Amino acid sequence: MSDHKNSAVTEAAAIRLENVEKTYAARGDNGAVTALHSVDLAVPEGNILGVIGKSGAGKSTLIRLVNGLERPTTGRVIVHGTDIAALSERDLRDQRRSIGMIFQHFNLLSRRTAFNNVALPLEIAGLSKAEIRKRVLPLLDLVGLADKADRYPAELSGGQKQRVGIARALATNPRVLLSDEATSALDPETTAQILALLKKVNAELNLTVLLITHEMSVIKAVADRVAVIDGGRIVEDGETYDVFTHPRHATTRRFVSELTGTALPDHLLARIGPIPAPDKRALIQLTFKGEGANQPWLSILTRKLDMDLGIIQAKVDHIAGKPFGTLVVSAAAGRDQLVALQREAATLGLETEVLGYA
Amino acid sequence: MLDILTPQMAKLFWDALGQTFYMVAVSGLIGTLIGLPLGVFLATSQRGELFAAPALNAAIGLVVNAARSTPFIILVVAIVPLTRLIAGTSIGTAAAIVPLTIAAAPFIARIIEGAIRGVDQGLIEAARSVGASPIQIVQKVLLPEALPAITLGLTLTVVSLIGYSAMVGAVGGGGLGDLGIRFGYQRFMPDVMLAVVLVLIVIVQGVQSLGDYLARRFDKRSRH
Ligand SMILES: Nc1ncnc2c1ncn2[C@@H]1O[C@H](COP(=O)(O)OP(=O)(O)O)[C@@H](O)[C@H]1O
Ligand SMILES: [Mg+2]
Repeated sequence: MSDHKNSAVTEAAAIRLENVEKTYAARGDNGAVTALHSVDLAVPEGNILGVIGKSGAGKSTLIRLVNGLERPTTGRVIVHGTDIAALSERDLRDQRRSIGMIFQHFNLLSRRTAFNNVALPLEIAGLSKAEIRKRVLPLLDLVGLADKADRYPAELSGGQKQRVGIARALATNPRVLLSDEATSALDPETTAQILALLKKVNAELNLTVLLITHEMSVIKAVADRVAVIDGGRIVEDGETYDVFTHPRHATTRRFVSELTGTALPDHLLARIGPIPAPDKRALIQLTFKGEGANQPWLSILTRKLDMDLGIIQAKVDHIAGKPFGTLVVSAAAGRDQLVALQREAATLGLETEVLGYA
Repeated sequence: MLDILTPQMAKLFWDALGQTFYMVAVSGLIGTLIGLPLGVFLATSQRGELFAAPALNAAIGLVVNAARSTPFIILVVAIVPLTRLIAGTSIGTAAAIVPLTIAAAPFIARIIEGAIRGVDQGLIEAARSVGASPIQIVQKVLLPEALPAITLGLTLTVVSLIGYSAMVGAVGGGGLGDLGIRFGYQRFMPDVMLAVVLVLIVIVQGVQSLGDYLARRFDKRSRH
């Protein structure tokens, strides 16, 4: 990505973290923990940015900085031009009305109906009963729960609870929505529905969304941009398709392999070695992306090189709507043939990697 | 059983019942008025909490523990001067309310604290994220969510107060327990003793059933 584009993104950012460090003070037997190290991150206005990382990577800490539930130890957290970290508690409370948040475990009040849960932020903002009604009903409609207004959370499914959570988060007309693992407690089908709803509100309300997750499938489904976090550092970020088709950092590669499933089967892993031998076949991984994926390149390759390729493993996926896949083939090939294969593959827009010989 | 069916005895019973009710109701009410804010404060004032004030939290915790670990009958005697100051006398039903209240308030404070500490932290977080102030969090999240547990705790308090109120006969507090001791024990009228015990069992059962019913009604966490 060019520097030019980068700076354009930074200027239009709805959320910007600048050189943020967060250290939790030592308490009792627990020493101090630095959860975030010099984090820089920008979420462009109207975008959905996904932060992916494994448990303990610092995701929740990062997202909680954005609405001031935590304050950074150093650095700035800027939301629509306001430095969140510099606000007083009182100003912060006002500011939070323009930043909605949804949670993994929904966090709905058990003794309030769906309607009254959505009404909570409006009550807190001091609106009248009539104004609250006027606002809550369309919101329940937007999330598809108009008929469940009088149900208590215990009477709703997980997906319905998260819909209430989304309606509550949107009650005060925020311009930013924060999502802390909002689909992690849901089954895959419900997850897909909730993600579709997030995409819908993102598009219809021009809402900037910052979501965190440990699941590639979530990023793949909704994120325009992605940031990979590991050990409290953003190790890679950019357009989702770019990051996942050109993973540079080991952590990113691991998430990508989860997506493309390129871990070899055990019986091959046991035999594979780095040294060619006459009785061994080379294992080659071909990665194809974007437009190139649509060409009949497997037959082109075999025809051009007059080579027999056995398919070991194949997986095609779509990221941000574009195809992306990997294919592992085996070939009884000498060194020259492999070089030729790599050259031909490159002209077709494929990336090749010799995994070894087995 | 004949001797307890006289009109005089019936009047004694009726008066004693009224005294018990009066003592328990007034000390329970004032105890709640004192214990509720104390309990809320204890539950929200440790380090990093809504009204963080760790030193004051520890100090109040200490006073509450001291009051709770003093045996009730010793408390009754020990605070006689205070009772005289507040009630104008150290003898009688009104006077008995002072030690009962002083016993009830810290008990209720701990019950409220426990109930509030049982509220999911995530709910506080959600309320903060929509801009709630600490006071609003107490009003709109902590107390409503803790209401079922608070109801059960207050029921327990009332039952305990009924028991304690039997002991304040020592300062002429009157009430059912006092009646049982004076007639049943000191005047060898076991029927009176038995009747008092039966009435107390019925009252405690009634209070407990009502408390359980209300707590269930307040609790919306499971489908009914
Ligand atoms: N309130 C806290 N006090 C102390 N340490 C914390 C606190 N919150 C999180 N941490 C620590 O910070 C690190 C990152 O935690 P978190 O942001 O919750 O990660 P994630 O959401 O990615 O699982 C972990 O080591 C965690 O133990
Ligand atoms: Mg987390």
